[in-house]
Amino acid sequence: MWIRVYAIFIKELKQLSRDRMTFGMIIMIPLVQLMLFGYAINTDARHIPVGLVDLSQTAESRAVEQALVATQSVDFIARYRSIKEAEVAITQGEIRAALYLPSDMTRRLFNHPLYDHKQLDSALTLPIGQWIVDGSDTVIASTIRALRNMPLDEVANHTATRTAPSFEVVQYFNPEQRTVVNIVPGLVAVILTMTMILFTSAAIVREHEHGNMEFLITTPVRSMELMIGKIAPYVLVGLLQVAIILSVGHWMFSVPIQGSFLSLLGGSILFIFASLTLGLVLSTIAKTQLQATQMTIFILLPSILLSGFMFPYDAMPVAAQWIAEALPVTHFMRMIRAIALRDASLLLLGKDALWLGLFTIGGIIIASLRFKKKLG
Amino acid sequence: MTSNNSEQIEYAIEAKGLSKRFGENIAVNKLDLKIPKGSIYGFLGPNGCGKSTSIRLLTGLLEASEGDVTILGKPLQGHEESLKTRIGYMTQKFSLYDNLTVRENLDFVGAIYGFAGKRKKARIEELLALYDLEKQTKQFAGSMSGGQKQRLALACATLHSPELLFLDEPTSAVDPENRREFWERLFDLCAAGTTILVSTHYMDEAERCHALAIMEEGNKRADGSPQALMESMSATVVEVSGNKLRQLKQTLTDHPDILSAAQIGAHLRVLVKKKVHDPLLFISELSNGRESILARPSLEDVFVTCTGERYVD
Ligand SMILES: Nc1ncnc2c1ncn2[C@@H]1O[C@H](COP(=O)(O)OP(=O)(O)OP(=O)(O)O)[C@@H](O)[C@H]1O
Ligand SMILES: [Mg+2]
Repeated sequence: MWIRVYAIFIKELKQLSRDRMTFGMIIMIPLVQLMLFGYAINTDARHIPVGLVDLSQTAESRAVEQALVATQSVDFIARYRSIKEAEVAITQGEIRAALYLPSDMTRRLFNHPLYDHKQLDSALTLPIGQWIVDGSDTVIASTIRALRNMPLDEVANHTATRTAPSFEVVQYFNPEQRTVVNIVPGLVAVILTMTMILFTSAAIVREHEHGNMEFLITTPVRSMELMIGKIAPYVLVGLLQVAIILSVGHWMFSVPIQGSFLSLLGGSILFIFASLTLGLVLSTIAKTQLQATQMTIFILLPSILLSGFMFPYDAMPVAAQWIAEALPVTHFMRMIRAIALRDASLLLLGKDALWLGLFTIGGIIIASLRFKKKLG
Repeated sequence: MTSNNSEQIEYAIEAKGLSKRFGENIAVNKLDLKIPKGSIYGFLGPNGCGKSTSIRLLTGLLEASEGDVTILGKPLQGHEESLKTRIGYMTQKFSLYDNLTVRENLDFVGAIYGFAGKRKKARIEELLALYDLEKQTKQFAGSMSGGQKQRLALACATLHSPELLFLDEPTSAVDPENRREFWERLFDLCAAGTTILVSTHYMDEAERCHALAIMEEGNKRADGSPQALMESMSATVVEVSGNKLRQLKQTLTDHPDILSAAQIGAHLRVLVKKKVHDPLLFISELSNGRESILARPSLEDVFVTCTGERYVD
């Protein structure tokens, strides 16, 4: 049995190494994705272009503006004479939000209960200004919303009365709150899902399309041998990609790699096997390479959106969580982030590891059963 | 079937009522076969007559719609896998790996058949020498000529010395010189005890077989040895010479007792139904006394009489 598995393994490896395009993609996909996600994707919005409608025109109103600019959350790129003009600009997309400071802003500021000790009990609390926000983008909206309670004590020349927050927050593992720290290990999961499934989903189909299968099935080769021999080379490919993403992420984006090498290796291998067998199962369903690619994308989209890569798993509705649980990538997403960022050991993540292992075994069995040594 | 009725004959292939339908379309219709061990058997027929489909049914690649097949004494159904080490199959379309070299392909196939180490190396060297591929060992299979590919394919199909070899149009991309050479190899294999089933649409190849089946639209129209087929032909061959043969051909073909008339050089080769008692007289009446002689039937004549619209039982 192992002679045949080894022969198929060597054959696949040779074919892969001679396919320059595919070989290039193995290296380029992780690099390009890493650059894109590392630099471009940032969920903490900064420098949002906003407008200002300042009807007060006082030293205080300018101080408020400067205090806002100092947060780096917003950039005032335009000024408008009325709310109407600002609304038009928001509709046109020139600015994402506008700050309206009324003509009596200074009085409102000094009468504000936060800064005026005498009026502490006053029921008459007027806000000092109003934000009009393009609420369609929730990230932008929540960034602006976060400005609601911005302290203005310097502007008001008073220390605010309420200084002690209810909770103290200590941020473990990613104290500077850089998105990239969470993105890079997640990217390992997404890229492996993509390349592993894509390569193997075409594996069986290609033999059919090139006519090799007709010969192969008249030989004594067994389904299981073919399946194992076909996916084995891609384990190496997957490990190479993990190494590229983590090392480049470490050097270029200073993503800390806390976990042990063995846990990282073990977790990656488990996930690579699970993805490869998923690809193989697809390969036994697809009739053409195009169909195989379509099925890969069908799996890939929920893998990116539901795995916790883009949005926190815990924030998803229960039904979505079920779907996510069925995908190997969700389990690996948890594992790789835990291992890489929080130095969790593989044993600590036993449930996820076990699930990936069972998925692989189930997948291999299904693929072997589905693959009939028949034509048509 | 064949005229040989001796009890001792062992058959490599026996098929009864073998049929294959693709939806409405019947690719193979109630095929009966008995192919004795150690012989070369041919499937002769035009494109789409079901040669490849029959071979795929006999190798267990396709599931038959109906019928029973016995291969090397074992029912095919249920023994597909164990039979795979005893049969070899050379597909119509090149089915080895274009981006592997000749040696790598042989290495791969060798390992698949369980050869390893010295034994594999020795067998591969033997095949490289036998099929004249020694200079091409490092060449990619995809870049080889049609004839070289076909020799490589035969080498791979025979690597494990199968008892039964299926060849599906093995010489379609091969020049006549290499075709002769190729058939020499087949007779060598046959002499060593291999039973060979070969499909073709070349008459000269069919004539080299010990026995053959003429197929048309999924039906077996006739079978037997080339000699027997020619002798038992349901028509007489008459060769007419003279001038204005084109017009004559037209009048002759329209006659119900004439199966076909085809111009061959300066002659018209006419197939007259057996029921016409004096074909020479019959033809000279029809052709205004042109000179005509009786000719020896060829396999092509057999083919023409048993296929086409004029096919008669
Ligand atoms: N997988 C299939 N699905 C549907 N029809 C098929 C299939 N395979 C073969 N056929 C049909 O069965 C018939 C016989 O095909 P087959 O390939 O056996 O012909 P052939 O004798 O080998 O022809 P050729 O000389 O061109 O190779 C054809 O009409 C073909 O269209
Ligand atoms: Mg064919």
